[in-house]
Amino acid sequence: MEEVRLIEVKEEILSDNIKRAGEVRERLRGTHTMLLNLMSSPGSGKTSLILRTVEGLAGKVSFGVIEADIDSTVDAEKVAARGIPAIQLRTGGFCHLDAAMVTQGIDAMDVSELDLVIIENVGNLVCPAEFDTGAHKNVMILSVPEGDDKPLKYPLMFSICDMLLVNKIDYLSLSDFDMTALKQRALTLNPRLTILEVSCKTGAGIEGWIDWLKREVETFKNQEE
Amino acid sequence: MHELSITESILKVVLRHAQVNSVRKVMAVHLRIGKLSDLEDEWIQRYFDYLSKDTLAEGAKLKIERTPVIVRCNDCSESYEADVKKMEHLICPACEGNRCTLISGREYYIKNMEVL
Repeated sequence: MEEVRLIEVKEEILSDNIKRAGEVRERLRGTHTMLLNLMSSPGSGKTSLILRTVEGLAGKVSFGVIEADIDSTVDAEKVAARGIPAIQLRTGGFCHLDAAMVTQGIDAMDVSELDLVIIENVGNLVCPAEFDTGAHKNVMILSVPEGDDKPLKYPLMFSICDMLLVNKIDYLSLSDFDMTALKQRALTLNPRLTILEVSCKTGAGIEGWIDWLKREVETFKNQEE
Repeated sequence: MHELSITESILKVVLRHAQVNSVRKVMAVHLRIGKLSDLEDEWIQRYFDYLSKDTLAEGAKLKIERTPVIVRCNDCSESYEADVKKMEHLICPACEGNRCTLISGREYYIKNMEVL
């Protein structure tokens, strides 16, 4: 009988993506373009935040948007209507963006002219957390109607982000959302997380987000290559 | 939900090693996946069975070892296993601190494979 042999593999399953993500980060460092990956559930306000960001950064920071959507172009159309370069990637059923898809997005954009590129990832708190897109900063939105227990259900997402925006705070009076509990849960998972409370509808707290973003872009530009 | 992408990557690595080592048939693949991953073992196997049809890895069994979520306390540096879905288990057993840093639990690793 043929003998079973054991072959040592010792490889990361996602090694291709990790390598490609590193290449994306390196390439954008060369053009002084910060890449920001924006993630959240569907309907928690990613596109609304981007539209608020267009207003807030107007004339100060030049940026483009890579929109990921399973099979529509509505988000890119809304952003492009404001005069911002927007690329729509149709993920064709995929639940997340990976570094290869992001590469296609930045290939289609003149990034050398941009200070910042924002990726609007597929609306989903699970899969996008697993795949490095090549972003320099990861930002997530949690909206008040989703509930303060989400760090318990999606710990990975909360643990990989630099910034958590709690959106739709105009709903707080209508809900039993416990902001203190949310912050404690999120910070236990990720002590380096910055948390801001905002409402893309009323504009409350947006100034804090814009200030953070401007500061991060500035710091990124001034980093040694 | 992203089992398909992960499984494609597993198969790619497995077939590359199979070719380099002149393998006739892959019998089993030993994987190490962190408990923070939401992947379901059963689904990874099903996707693998589907994708590996007519390859050297057809019929191979995936043997998945789940690695625990280990965190280190930011206050006293104690490392301990955490059940991240139950917050009270993130409290440091040594100093009762509640700020910690993830050490492991996100692995996606192919250890070895049994081949003919």
